[in-house]
Amino acid sequence: MQGGMERTTGEKMVLNFGPQHPATHGTLRIVLELDGETVLKATPHAGYLHTGFEKLGEHLDYNQFIVVTDRMNYLSPLSNNFGYVLAVEQLLGIEVPERCQYIRVLMAELSRLADHLLWLGTAALDLGAFSVFLYSFREREKLYSIFEKTTGARLTTSYTRVGGVFRDLYDGFDNDARDFITNLPKALKETHTLLTRNRIWMDRTKGVGAISPDDAISYGLTGPCLRATGVAHDIRKAEPYSSYEKFDFDVPVGTNGDVYDRYLVRMEEMIQSCGIIRQALDNLPEGPFSLEDNKVMMPHKSDAYGHIEGLIHHFKIVMDGHGVQPPKGEDYCATESPNGELGFYIVSDGSGTGYRIRIRPPSFFHFQALPHMLEGGMVSDTVAVLGSLNVIAGELDR
Amino acid sequence: MKSEEIYDVLVDKFGESILGIDSELAGDPSIQIAPTAISDVCQFLADTDTLAFDSLMCLSGIDLGVKEEVLSVVYHLHSMKNHHNVVLKTSVPKTDAHIPTVSHIWKTADWHERETYDLYGILFDGHADLRRILLPDDWEGYPLRKDYQEPDFYRGMRVPY
Repeated sequence: MQGGMERTTGEKMVLNFGPQHPATHGTLRIVLELDGETVLKATPHAGYLHTGFEKLGEHLDYNQFIVVTDRMNYLSPLSNNFGYVLAVEQLLGIEVPERCQYIRVLMAELSRLADHLLWLGTAALDLGAFSVFLYSFREREKLYSIFEKTTGARLTTSYTRVGGVFRDLYDGFDNDARDFITNLPKALKETHTLLTRNRIWMDRTKGVGAISPDDAISYGLTGPCLRATGVAHDIRKAEPYSSYEKFDFDVPVGTNGDVYDRYLVRMEEMIQSCGIIRQALDNLPEGPFSLEDNKVMMPHKSDAYGHIEGLIHHFKIVMDGHGVQPPKGEDYCATESPNGELGFYIVSDGSGTGYRIRIRPPSFFHFQALPHMLEGGMVSDTVAVLGSLNVIAGELDR
Repeated sequence: MKSEEIYDVLVDKFGESILGIDSELAGDPSIQIAPTAISDVCQFLADTDTLAFDSLMCLSGIDLGVKEEVLSVVYHLHSMKNHHNVVLKTSVPKTDAHIPTVSHIWKTADWHERETYDLYGILFDGHADLRRILLPDDWEGYPLRKDYQEPDFYRGMRVPY
């Protein structure tokens, strides 16, 4: 910035940003030390929503914990469900049927769209672009009805189970999903006309909150925030899981690592996700939607009520010490959630509850890197940068 | 590189500080490191070209149980350049839980270590700002320890509800 001297008053002012502030979209706090309008120092504070998820994991059995994962990144609960059961399955050494893998990919990509759409709406709203918010929420609403029809809930989906998903896709799913991915690119085009070459949007986001690739890796940034710096790291490509190696998609990257590039990366990721969803719908294999091993998966309700074996399996799987029991060992499993690397580190002592369940949420480390992106910038950029990181308080504090 | 090869490289370089490799159990094999050497080992893993572990994916604490009185720290490292992973482990007694920091090697370790300190009470020597992060500053005890008893009251508010 040129002519910075006129703006300095020589007096420091401390400004409390949050914990309740419209732009935090959750409960988090930043203490800003200002000189005029320049941010000298930013100190992020987390923990307002700490609910002890990791401790809960030591008391709930492996399937019960799925409910807790819904509440982490509440914009894309299906991705969390998915990442968690994948870690347990890896520890158990089982692989789910191909149809199930495709269903999970479908759900993960749809929730990536839901997350990015909400991000787009709110990030633009924070910078004063109100109409974008309306367009993106209109699209997101359609997605939520698909989620509701599939899982029975809009937010607390708990769709996956260790060994599969709890029910198959509904009859009209193919139509609904195809409708959605045909219309979404049109809606995104509208957004591009509203923002991408918009002078105010560009001024507010270009060169703001930039971070270098090396710093981004060192700070543990992942997902769109890392890719915006030009590092083409995507776990779906680097270490494919759940049949991702069978899908053809690009990993969009930025160049400057600023707010504008994060916006462009997320916009392009949505188009790529639509492509993945189309491929998954075209090639959706027939067959069972879950593992048909009743030592792992709960038997179907009609079996539990109609057959003695079903009843016994149903009883055993919910009884402590008889259900899902991974062998003694440990495992770290990372998936590419909408925000970045969502890792679950599970230590099993051979019993029905985890000995230690550690969650590595992407938001925690994005929030950590915030001072690096804010210091030296203007106070008004705080909102732009915070918005671009998409810090979700639920997974930040767990 | 595979974990076993990395283990051999580390044994050549650090000798007795590398305590062993655990590949019996289900999941990824992990390399046991003496707590005093962990910072040097990590620096070596990050700086050596053939290894180039440029990112710390996860740093987790574990309480190995009331009987053992041992706390462990697990490091999951990844190399963006060479596309390989390694798991390091180090253990300290609960009564003297000191481990050298790795926050000067990977900046992300700063908050990882603060969280581990917050929930397990492991002290990371050399950390610039070791404060509680998720719990209030005046919280007593370390909740993820297996012998943790939650307090009845916190500032006049009932805790169990």
